[in-house]
Amino acid sequence: MSAVFTPIGEQVKQDLQDTGPPLQDRSFRWVLFGALSVGIITLAALLIFVFLEGYPRLTPTLWQNMPSIRFPEKAGAQSAIMGSIWVIVTTAVICLPVGIMAAIYLEEYADPTKRFNKLIEINIQNLAAVPSIVYGILGLGVIARALALGQTVITAALTLSLLVLPVVIISSREAIRAVPQSIRAGSLALGATQWQTISRQVMPAAVPGIATGAILALSRAIGEAAPLLLLGAVTFITFNPDGLMSSYTVMPIQIYNWISQSREEFQVLAAALCIILLGILLVMNAFAIYLRNRFQRRW
Amino acid sequence: MTTNEDATVGAQFGRAAASEKVDEAVMELRNVHVFYGDYEAVREVNMPIASREITAFIGPSGCGKTTLLRSFNRMNDLIPGARVAGEVLYHGVDIYSSDVDPIEVRRRIGMVFQKPNPFPKSIYDNIAYGPRVLGEKKANLDEIVERSLVRAALWEEVKDKLDTSGMALSGGQQQRLCIARCIAVNPDVILMDEPCASLDPIATAKIEDLMHELAAEYTIVIVTHNMQQAARVSDRTAFFTADVDAKGVRHGRLVEFGPTQDIFMSPKDSRTEGYISGRFG
Ligand SMILES: Nc1ncnc2c1ncn2[C@@H]1O[C@H](COP(=O)(O)OP(=O)(O)O)[C@@H](O)[C@H]1O
Ligand SMILES: [Mg+2]
Repeated sequence: MSAVFTPIGEQVKQDLQDTGPPLQDRSFRWVLFGALSVGIITLAALLIFVFLEGYPRLTPTLWQNMPSIRFPEKAGAQSAIMGSIWVIVTTAVICLPVGIMAAIYLEEYADPTKRFNKLIEINIQNLAAVPSIVYGILGLGVIARALALGQTVITAALTLSLLVLPVVIISSREAIRAVPQSIRAGSLALGATQWQTISRQVMPAAVPGIATGAILALSRAIGEAAPLLLLGAVTFITFNPDGLMSSYTVMPIQIYNWISQSREEFQVLAAALCIILLGILLVMNAFAIYLRNRFQRRW
Repeated sequence: MTTNEDATVGAQFGRAAASEKVDEAVMELRNVHVFYGDYEAVREVNMPIASREITAFIGPSGCGKTTLLRSFNRMNDLIPGARVAGEVLYHGVDIYSSDVDPIEVRRRIGMVFQKPNPFPKSIYDNIAYGPRVLGEKKANLDEIVERSLVRAALWEEVKDKLDTSGMALSGGQQQRLCIARCIAVNPDVILMDEPCASLDPIATAKIEDLMHELAAEYTIVIVTHNMQQAARVSDRTAFFTADVDAKGVRHGRLVEFGPTQDIFMSPKDSRTEGYISGRFG
């Protein structure tokens, strides 16, 4: 049996009529989309250009051979690839523990109303905005010369650690802060100590967020050339690093080196190495996104 | 109110009438004031907590029930600026005295929160967490987990899925999980802050039954919004309200404390009577 409706039905039908989103809505959507396209088109153009240029030279010689400035057809970038790996792993070993511990201190122990802690907080924000070349100068003056570590893998790693430390701290703090207070209260109410609460509840819950931030920070470090130019990575290196005190070169520097050669073949080599660098960055970022989605938690 | 003989109201009480005086106290508040910075949220509370009984805190929102409850196991320590004045005695020891370890206090005086807060871990690990941090041997954990879940009336529902996440349970199950977690460290006193506030009537009834069971072994203090619940589960009731002082600031106060049946059937204070007849009768 169908119901009998009240007589205002026609009016209701008119009122509910869908006439599409208002003009303002539609135009704003296009503006936003336009803004997005600028970024996407630039990125796409860059990738296509690099690929077309470098693809022919993306051969095993590129990672099997050492650099050469006389024979572009035989030149490779093995020392730069190995150098990058050495530097980035060392950077991770130094900056992750320091950055994460600093974040734990700031989030879990520091009293945010204290002047001193506010000062630290503002400083970290500011450090994240300091240009990387400035860190290069610091690395050269303090680490390479004053600490006499010279132009070595460890100097590069320490400098890059300083460079990305603020990013690691800030992203770790956000991950730690995202763990709800009720979890801490639940743990403490059972008679757990603050350290037990942090190490067994807060940190495991924050690890995916921390890892995501850490990978993004390291992928910034792996692409850096400016500070390392000052730290001697620019010298021509035809051997893989064999330790922390070894001299080294890294991929961005090798790319820079080749691009500044006048012969056309070296431009192609540089583009090919760019593809490898971009590939590594892509894998790192994809892993970060995977971690974020895989462990995303709704409280 | 002359409803003493009224059988329908009498039927709403779940526990035998408590003695007028508290014979054996586990805790006692002496002249307790609780502050948030300069704001005095709770003013001058004096009351005992009777051993192996259920004490209910009732009163309008914002009168300081949660605040006072959190001062029983030093959970207020976690709120910057919160401060307790007066004495909170536990078996005669002032838990705020400088030589008392708050960790030990919280182990003996457990807490169940208003919103169920299972850890993002398996059901098993939720229960085993407390014993583990207290250094319990691994060999004993299985037994502790089972015993705690049985006592919290949750074992039958979860015994086949102990390794699934505690957060995947229903709200009522989560709250019983939190109670089981609390029991697992074998506390002396259990504080419950509106444990049924986010639960449906069936889940609420389960928790209330559970409280009756637990009262045989534990001392329980429960904050509740629900007058019928206070009548159903408690032996003694404390009625709080918020007084407005000359400057217009509200301070929580204990108005009346006594055996639940007396508070509901023959309140001495007109404010208690007003609140109870408005929301209960
Ligand atoms: N963390 C806090 N900081 C400052 N004031 C608070 C805090 N928690 C509660 N209060 C205040 O203390 C008073 C009592 O709150 P609460 O104990 O939560 O009341 P109840 O549990 O009875 O509803 C309220 O006025 C509330 O605004
Ligand atoms: Mg409350």
